[in-house]
This record gives sequence, C-alpha cells and structure tokens, in this order.
Amino acid sequence: MTWTPDQPIVSIKDVHKSFGKVEVLRGITLDVMKGEVVCIIGPSGSGKSTLIRCINALNDIQAGSIKVEGQEVHDAKLDKLALRKKVGMVFQQYNLFPHKTGLQNVMMAPIKVLGQDRVTVEARARDLIRKVRLEGKEDAYPGELSGGQQQRVAIAPSLAMNPDIMLFDEVTAALDPETVKEVLVTIKDLAAEGMTCILVTHEMGFAREIADCIYFTDRVIVEGGPPATFFDQASDPRTREFLSQIL
Amino acid sequence: MGQAVAQEAVAQRSIATMLLDWTPTLLGGFGFNVLISIFAMAIGTVMGVGLGVLQVSPIRPVRQAAWVVTQFFRNSPWLVLLFYCILLIPFQVEVFGVKIRFPGWIKAVIGLSLPVMAYMSENMRGAILSIPTVQWESAESLGFTRAQTMRDIILPQTVKRVLPSWMNLYAVLTMATPLVSIVGVSDVMALTRAALSAESRVDLLIQMYLYVLFLFFIYCYPVSLLTRRLERQFSVNN
Repeated sequence: MTWTPDQPIVSIKDVHKSFGKVEVLRGITLDVMKGEVVCIIGPSGSGKSTLIRCINALNDIQAGSIKVEGQEVHDAKLDKLALRKKVGMVFQQYNLFPHKTGLQNVMMAPIKVLGQDRVTVEARARDLIRKVRLEGKEDAYPGELSGGQQQRVAIAPSLAMNPDIMLFDEVTAALDPETVKEVLVTIKDLAAEGMTCILVTHEMGFAREIADCIYFTDRVIVEGGPPATFFDQASDPRTREFLSQIL
Repeated sequence: MGQAVAQEAVAQRSIATMLLDWTPTLLGGFGFNVLISIFAMAIGTVMGVGLGVLQVSPIRPVRQAAWVVTQFFRNSPWLVLLFYCILLIPFQVEVFGVKIRFPGWIKAVIGLSLPVMAYMSENMRGAILSIPTVQWESAESLGFTRAQTMRDIILPQTVKRVLPSWMNLYAVLTMATPLVSIVGVSDVMALTRAALSAESRVDLLIQMYLYVLFLFFIYCYPVSLLTRRLERQFSVNN
C-alpha cells in the first residue's frame, strides 16, 4: 500500500511508551494531514516531547503504530536514513554544532549524509540562511549568535535535507522572552509555505494564531480541535484547568 | 688559612667547569628523554582516544572491556609497567621474514605509553560524556550514523576540553622519563650517574643533580604555563 497525499502524512495509532515503570504515553491516536500545522500542548511530564521524538524514531515505542507517509516507524527493519530525510527536527537548545559556522552547520548533513555536491549545497545553504533572515551571519559560530539567532539558524540544517515534515520540540522554551518572537516568525513563514509542522509549545498565542489543530495531552490525547473552538469551548476539566493556569 | 680559601676557589671553579664539560653529554641524554616522552605521548594519545571511544560504545561488552583495560593501566605503577615491557617484549621479532628489532628505548616508549593511554582514555570518556546529548540527537535527526557523529561532531568538540589535561599529562610523563634509566636506557639520569662515577667527586653530586632538575624545570614549566593559559581561555569561552 503506497501513501497518497490525501491520507494522513503522520498517522499515530494507540501508541504506548514507558520509561521503566512510568507509562508516559497511554494510547495516543493522532492524524496529521500534509500541510497541516499541529500544536501539542500539555503540562510538563505529559509525554508531549516523547510523542514527537517517537515520530522520528529517537525514542522507540512499546505498542501501537506510527506511520510517516505510510511507512511504519515502529519497525526493527526501519530504514532510519529514509525516515530522517522526510522528517526534520529542532530541539530546545544545543541544536547547532559549536565547532562549525552557521553556514557549515547547514551544509554538513547534505554533504556528509546525502553525498551531495559542495557547490550546489552551499548555494542552497546560503538561501536557507537568508530564509531564516540571518544573511551576514553565515560565518558566525553558534557561540557568537544570540539565543534567538541560534534557534533560527538551527531550523536551516533540517530544511537543507528537504524534509516533508518538521518537528519542533519546545524550540522557544530556553529563550529570553524578547527573542521568542523572531523564532516564531521564522516558523510561521515555514508554515505559510505549506510545510507540515508538528510543534510542542507553551506559546498559546502563537498556537492560536498558526495552528490548524491543537491537541491537549496528558499521557493520552485529552481533546483536540481547531484553535477557535479549542480555546473557547474546551470541554474536558483537565484542559480547562490547564488553560486557566497558562492563559 | 689563605691557602685553604684559595684551594676551595679552585674546587668551586672546577665544579662549574666540570658541569660545562659534561653539558653536551647531559643535554644529549636529556634530548633522549624528550624523544622518549614525545613518542610515548604520541602512541599513548592515539591508543587512548581509541580506548576512550570504546568506553562509550553502545555495545556493552566492548564498553566493559575498554573500562577494564583503562582501569588496569591507570592503577599500575609506571615503573612496574616499564619492567614488564622490558622483560616481556622480545629483543626482535620476525614478521614475514622481516626482522624488527626492539631496542631498550623502544620498549621503554611502549611501557610509558600504556599509562598515558589509560589516562587519556579516561579524559576522553569524560569529554565525550560532557557534550550535551542533544548534539547526538540533532545529528541523528539529520541522518548521521553513530560513527559519523563521533568523528565529525563529537570528537572535534572534545579537543578543547581535553587539551589542558593532555598537556598536563605530557608534563607528568616527561618528568617520569628518568625511570627508563633503571631499565638500562642511557637517558640523562643514566648519563649523570656515569659522569659522577667518572669524576668520583663527592662535591659534584648535589650540583649535578640540581643541574638535571633545572633541565627538566626549564622544559616542563613552559608547558604548565601554557596549560594554565589554555584552561583560563577555555573557561572564559564556555
């Protein structure tokens, strides 16, 4: 069965995941369509980061199924490289390799992993740096950039792999409040271009603005829906309590 | 009494001249110490980096074996290791008809490289583990294999972290090289003893050993100064 774009690009079914005796995911089911922007919110320890890490096989799962473009991720014979080409991921911090400049960071994976030609990779890398609005910072080392600039550059190496899906794991959580916005703007640009994005975030205003769908997790998907109905008509008391604390 | 003072002046002068006369020989011997230290450091570093990488291997038996080797050589007296190598390694071996000879000083180099390897292995392990795990995950998300990540991303970052302790280790190693005189290598220590017995002058004893100490000091002290500077520089940068 081959995947067609009218089917979910990411299909998560009844996923269970434990760390030792602690079950952090208790049967998560979730579909994401191509081009959708999905935000996952929830209290800390609710398994939201674990969930998106499972999507690109950084964590394994004990039961259930995760399919990316029809390909089962929870499979011992998984072609991890094929998966990582499709799925890009940005973390909270330390994404960039500190011994390489911004440009070198962007160029590294296409050259070393995909074996692409240096000249074409460099041209594309410079385009991507421009896209995250950091032209002029190509030769700066990560340590010479501000936290917000680092996170913007950090999106580019993943984009250089031409992924179909981008995962963002609390990418603004370690930033100073005044630099959060510049990173969010970069993600918004990306979403506007039609990139499928799955974000774990605490930025409720941002989620409301860009998400097609918001899910509230607490080891299970408690509830989800488009932002308009989600924020105003949350039905589950757990969601309401969480929202009242955070908004 | 005037005669006694004059006699002593002659004796003093002759100590200085004697030191001067023996200087080329002693410097030659000291050069040999330096040579041994450089070779032992080079071999120990290469093996230590390899062993350190094995210490963080995802394969448990490999990791444990590397740990055992590291701990064994880290907790062995250097002199015993030296004796062991001198006695254990044959004078020459024949590989495919080619005779490879192992003179004493090469055996000594191997003997001294073992503890260097073990200390280096432990430093590398610490340095690798001090790199944030997200670096591994970030590389993994970009499709890097574990080996590629280690070579292109993790190891380059450890250089800065191990450099000060590496240089410190070099200074310690250099100061340990006189041990090779005990196993029959003609280093500065062996030559000093030879010189002293040739002169058979009791008053030369302290002066000449002081002279040897001084040689080591002017070689090792700049290394430790540089180490301190690098340490400061890196602690500011991080």
